[in-house]
Amino acid sequence: MPVMTYAGAALQALREAMIADPRVWCVGEDLGRGGVFGQYKGLREEFGETRISDAPISEAGIMGAAFGAAMVGTRPVVEMRFADFALCATDELINQIAKARFMFGGQSRAPMVIRKPMGMWRSSAAQHSQSLEAWYAHIPGLVVAVPATPQDNYAMMRAAIAADDPVVYLEHKDIWLNEAEVDPEEPFTWGTARRRHAGGDLTVVSWSNTANLAAEAADILAAEGIAADVLDLRSLWPWDRQAVCESAGRSGRLLVAHESVGTAGFGAEVVATVVENTSLTCPPRRLASPRSLVPYAPNLEDQLRVTADMIADTAREMCR
Amino acid sequence: MTRTNYDTGRGLALLAMMERIRAFERQAELAATRDKLVLGAIHLSIGQEACAAGIMQALRRDDLLLSTHRGHGHTLAKGADPAAMMKELLGREGGCCGGKGGSMHIADFGVGMLGANGVVSANITIGAGAAHGIKLLGDDRICVDIFGDGAINRGPFLEGLNWAAVFDLPVLFVCEDNEWSATTRTADMTGGDGAAARAEAIGLPVQRVDGNDVEAVADIAGDLVARIRRDRRPAFLHARTFRQEGHTYFDPAAYRSQEATQARIAADDPIARHRETLQAAGVAMAELDQIKAKAEAEMQAALSVATAAPFPPDDSVFDEVQDIGSPAEEAV
Repeated sequence: MPVMTYAGAALQALREAMIADPRVWCVGEDLGRGGVFGQYKGLREEFGETRISDAPISEAGIMGAAFGAAMVGTRPVVEMRFADFALCATDELINQIAKARFMFGGQSRAPMVIRKPMGMWRSSAAQHSQSLEAWYAHIPGLVVAVPATPQDNYAMMRAAIAADDPVVYLEHKDIWLNEAEVDPEEPFTWGTARRRHAGGDLTVVSWSNTANLAAEAADILAAEGIAADVLDLRSLWPWDRQAVCESAGRSGRLLVAHESVGTAGFGAEVVATVVENTSLTCPPRRLASPRSLVPYAPNLEDQLRVTADMIADTAREMCR
Repeated sequence: MTRTNYDTGRGLALLAMMERIRAFERQAELAATRDKLVLGAIHLSIGQEACAAGIMQALRRDDLLLSTHRGHGHTLAKGADPAAMMKELLGREGGCCGGKGGSMHIADFGVGMLGANGVVSANITIGAGAAHGIKLLGDDRICVDIFGDGAINRGPFLEGLNWAAVFDLPVLFVCEDNEWSATTRTADMTGGDGAAARAEAIGLPVQRVDGNDVEAVADIAGDLVARIRRDRRPAFLHARTFRQEGHTYFDPAAYRSQEATQARIAADDPIARHRETLQAAGVAMAELDQIKAKAEAEMQAALSVATAAPFPPDDSVFDEVQDIGSPAEEAV
């Protein structure tokens, strides 16, 4: 199987989708030179400037225009550069794209992939570091993708482009260069978690890069005799409530870990759902960022990070 | 004065459409005020019929249209079924949006009408994008994107016009300038010379028209539409009109002089003006009255049909949200 980076896997998926379907096109700022993080590298040369389309610095324009083009029957992949900048196009995403199909009684569809690179990336400060996935999970009409591995970034990108729903596609900026084998034939189904580590002592639920950290923590714990069941949700809407409830019901212990702010975060949704549906043997715990802003200085930034060690420490306390 | 080479057929068709729009709006108003059948807000386009009738006569059925929250007239003129529209206003089964959109989201994709919009200015970037889609698909349709004067002070006006200019898109932007931004006079809230000047600054070719002169609107729209269809480049039309009623049907417009409003209506009602043109061209008053009566009967029937229609089935509430993770399949 080929080894790909997290960025390269999505690039390959996009490339294959563009070959397969001439209606697929990409639009955003700086795409011609390959995108801010090289996610579109080489595509301009292969597909031309009409299908790899540079846009003005105009997030509302990009989102609105791509939506109009989607309603007409094309399948846009929209680049927002940083998840933070996508906030400039909030009306277009939430009031228009998410609602059009419903408001127009099914006459309209918005088959779009909206790429919003998320998360902390060393010293990017408060306007280039946010993880806002919980917001989008809150909005009916949107699919929310949070891939953590090259395999999932490949398979989920293919699935997102194939979807007739708008997909908010949140790739983590800190793991573009993570490498792993990718099986292009491995199926992906929305709302199915990936078991990153198997165990019966506690259930750790996570997504995006924090799922990678949770898998690391599980290795540390395994060496100490604590078996963690690590579930990487992969998509937050829909999400795999069945796998999470089943695992937590079995282990009796639930820990949810995510990089985004804990207050009103998606971890609360996971905990509430589990508590409503299963019995736990100890109180569930959440590890997440405090409700603060991401600072510039690296030592300050580290104060907000959820680490593999923190996940392992919390798991130990819960299993004591 | 009799016009030379006057096209009486087109003139009568324009009158018929304006009368249909006005009759639709009057019936909608009655349904809201007298019958209490319209629960949400409706924004009437009484006095603005000439823009809808004049522009839409230049379009093909498969051309695209986007409109504002004051979009009944545009939608009707694009060819939508008034009974389906009235059902939508009443939230009934068989409404053009299945009773889920109501007045502010009225749409009929079957006639290329891609939606009225409840957010001022939002349709400007979306319309540019619809034209972008046409360009990518490589067909010869065009898109007409109508917005009000209030929309020019929001960002999507700049972003959408710039987008169309940068990508050479087949779109006609129409500022239907009725002088009011909800309950505030637009001129009081606008720096510089307004819509047309801003469009010119972005490099779009701009035409200005008396938007209450349906013949003038039809002439200019015909030229612009033909040019856009041929050259595949955007253009901008600034049409001055006047909103005869309040912002919504329950707004008495107490913020402006009733006397001045009535004087304005008496002097500059697009339907009355066009009737005079047709009379001058030799059309009998009885024929004009017949057109009006026919429009009124049609729209009364539309309201009756809508009133008799059932509400949508309760379980349709979860339809058409999304395929993946649809609430219709919710269950732990």
